[in-house]
Amino acid sequence: MASVLDEFKQGHGDSGAVVSFTGLVRTSGEATTIEAMTLEHYPGMTEKSLAAIEQQARTRWELNEVRIIHRIGRLAAGENIVLVATASAHRQAAFEAAQFIMDHLKTEAPFWKKEHTSRGDHWVEGRQSDHDAKSRW
Amino acid sequence: MDTLSQRKREMLRILFFASLRERLHCNEQQLALSTDIRTVADVKSCLAGKGGVFAEIFSGTVRVMSAVNQQMVKDEEPVSDGDEVAFFPPVTGG
Repeated sequence: MASVLDEFKQGHGDSGAVVSFTGLVRTSGEATTIEAMTLEHYPGMTEKSLAAIEQQARTRWELNEVRIIHRIGRLAAGENIVLVATASAHRQAAFEAAQFIMDHLKTEAPFWKKEHTSRGDHWVEGRQSDHDAKSRW
Repeated sequence: MDTLSQRKREMLRILFFASLRERLHCNEQQLALSTDIRTVADVKSCLAGKGGVFAEIFSGTVRVMSAVNQQMVKDEEPVSDGDEVAFFPPVTGG
C-alpha cells in the first residue's frame, strides 16, 4: 500500500485526494475460526473484468490514478485480499470511485472464495447486499 | 472430395469453476455444436441432458452465471464455433 501511495504522489501533482480500501481475510466467521482462504479466479477474464471496471470508473469520475490489486491462491487469516486506490483533485471523486469499483468488483469480477475453517472447508456464498449496493449506481 | 466428411466439427470449449467444478468433477470439456445449440441456454439444456449432477446444476434451480469469450452474458447470448463458454457460481471476490 505504501508503494502505491508513493507512486500516486509522484504521478499527478494535482491529486489533492487519495482514497484506499483494503479487504482482508477474516480471522473468524459465524461460530468458526477461519484458518485460511483460497481465492480461485478465471485467468483471462479476471484481468478483463477489472480493467473494464476501472474504465467505467475513469469515464464517470475525473481520476488521476486508479489501482486495483487482487491476490489469488491460498491466503492466511488476516492477510490482505484486495486493494483499491484512487486519486483525484478533490475527495468526492476519489471516495465515490473507490466505492463504485468495490461494488462492481464484488458482483462482477470472476473470483471465488473458499474458507478453510476449524469446521471444514466451504465456498463463500454471494450476498444480496452486494447486488443491492451495485444497483444504486 | 466429399465436403461433408471433410468439414471440421464446430466445437465449444466449456469451462467450469469453483463449486461447480468440484460437484461436476470436471474443469473443462468440449461440446460439439449442432443446429440445436445456438445460445447459452441451449448449452445449459444440453448439459442438463447428461443427467446426474449435470442435471441438478443446469436444470435451472441452481444459480449459474455464464461467460462467453470471457465476457459475462445472459442465457440468450448466441454461441458459435470456437467460443469459450464458462459456467460458475455467483462471484465472491473482494
